[in-house]
Amino acid sequence: MLIEAIDVKGYYSIPEGHVHAVDGCTLKLRHEEIVGIAGESGCGKSTFGKLLMGYDKPPLRMVSGIITIDGVNIYDIPRNERKRVWGSTIAMIPQYSMNSLNPTRKARNLIVDAMKEKFGSSVPKNEMIERAKGRFKDLGLSSTALDMYSFELSGGMKQRTVIAISTLLNPKALIVDEPTSALDVSTQRLLLELLYYIVKRKIVGSMIIISHDIASLRQICDSLCIMYAGKIVESADMEKMIEHPLHPYAKLLLDAVVTPEPEIRKRKLEGIPGAPPQLLRPPVGCRFSERCPYVMDRCKSEEPPYSEAEPDRFVACWLY
Amino acid sequence: MTKIFTTGFIGLGEKIVAVNDVSFNCKSGEVIGLIGESGSGKTTTARLILKLLSATSGQIFFKGKNIWTIPNREYYRYVQGVFQDPYSSINPVYKVRHLFSNTFNLFGEVSKSELSQRVDDALELVHLEPEEALEKHIDELSGGQLQRILLANSLFVNPDVILTDEPTSMIDASLRVIVLNVIKELSGKHGKLIMFITHDISQAFYVCDRIIVMYRGKIVEQGSAEEVVLSPQHPYTKRLIADVPKLKQKFELSIKG
Repeated sequence: MLIEAIDVKGYYSIPEGHVHAVDGCTLKLRHEEIVGIAGESGCGKSTFGKLLMGYDKPPLRMVSGIITIDGVNIYDIPRNERKRVWGSTIAMIPQYSMNSLNPTRKARNLIVDAMKEKFGSSVPKNEMIERAKGRFKDLGLSSTALDMYSFELSGGMKQRTVIAISTLLNPKALIVDEPTSALDVSTQRLLLELLYYIVKRKIVGSMIIISHDIASLRQICDSLCIMYAGKIVESADMEKMIEHPLHPYAKLLLDAVVTPEPEIRKRKLEGIPGAPPQLLRPPVGCRFSERCPYVMDRCKSEEPPYSEAEPDRFVACWLY
Repeated sequence: MTKIFTTGFIGLGEKIVAVNDVSFNCKSGEVIGLIGESGSGKTTTARLILKLLSATSGQIFFKGKNIWTIPNREYYRYVQGVFQDPYSSINPVYKVRHLFSNTFNLFGEVSKSELSQRVDDALELVHLEPEEALEKHIDELSGGQLQRILLANSLFVNPDVILTDEPTSMIDASLRVIVLNVIKELSGKHGKLIMFITHDISQAFYVCDRIIVMYRGKIVEQGSAEEVVLSPQHPYTKRLIADVPKLKQKFELSIKG
């Protein structure tokens, strides 16, 4: 197991109290696995991604639970020393990273900047550039791209540059947060294929992709976790999840996915009326109970445990 | 009946042809999708129809009359637009009630009691509770609620035509379907012509009767939603649809990179 996150809780401190953004999530990532974490806005998936990195910057605080990456408990390392793990053991491509490339820097200098931040001057510049050239080549970028300013790069080339920078040290695990927002359809497809490629070619060990776009996750993830109101409600092998989701929220969410496939025209899609509970003072019992079509009395007072309903398939629901 | 025959140019120093020889017809009770990626000219086309821009050549007819011969106040009783990025277009401190009364002041020829009824009807059409919704401030609304309020605001005028540009961009999947169903109802049950402008061909496939695909200012394909999406003819349309991730089939993935 490359990453083991057990019952992780991470809260944001605000004047009114604590927002229970991630409130007891368990996830395991195997070597060479691509796991998708799906959910709607506010479910806690991005926060969970940060916590998995060991990136608990105030006001976010890791409250309880254990996260081990490659056998090392990341929160045992003092926060100011965690930098040495970032980039090499675990790396992240945050949301909107394509937009965060400094347009006035050449690609080669973006790499030098990133390396300097990690290593100071201990790695000689030309060594970094050689590595970068090799990585660019792996990702289908010519080395002339290194000399281009980032504003000169196309969307696709920017993606590859960002991926090159994040994977220079061949991290064991790469977390990608909302890779496909704000891209046109064909560039999105290219990006998904590129992410698949870097795992299969062992440029990175394993990957976690966080996204609201289930159809995109379906293309390259081996398994899928669905989050709701700070908790993982179900996780399963991707094919099984798509074909037959168990948790009522997972079922309704999958039913609400719109794709250009014939089935979509044949029926009326049903959304999910209502809204998730606020997480400042989370409700008692199952957090989906207010909107659940299968709700029972028990659901309103007792929270269902996240347990193995079938081999390798976990659900948090009293129906199982 | 609305007939559209448009060619528009937008000059920014150099001549940029934003909309190039675009022609199509629309009927009431239809949902027409105008699909394209950024730079396709779909938003410009919408603006031309909404009289926010004038065409360099060509004409747009509404019920047989050239739209530029219809005074704006009258035109906007029949044709309304609802745009993306709702947060930028309204004063956030307004109460929802205030928004409706502003619209009323622009178009009102209706008694106060009828006004109140019309507002309630419009809100119910978008599945919002009038008593709750009217008292909220704009900045208290979620993206989804706001987009529905804007739809209700345009409905309140009881137009024949609604143009909506990316109406579900700010909304999560579970709520998106609810808004799309409202749009379907508006044409089906209420006989309105809805022009649904989006880059998202999946949503258009669900909601639209007909789809027009635009690329770099031109129409490359049009037809019924099923024809265009399930048997696309133009290479651009084919590629666009092939690149959309689906649930039943996966992309063919190679390890060649």
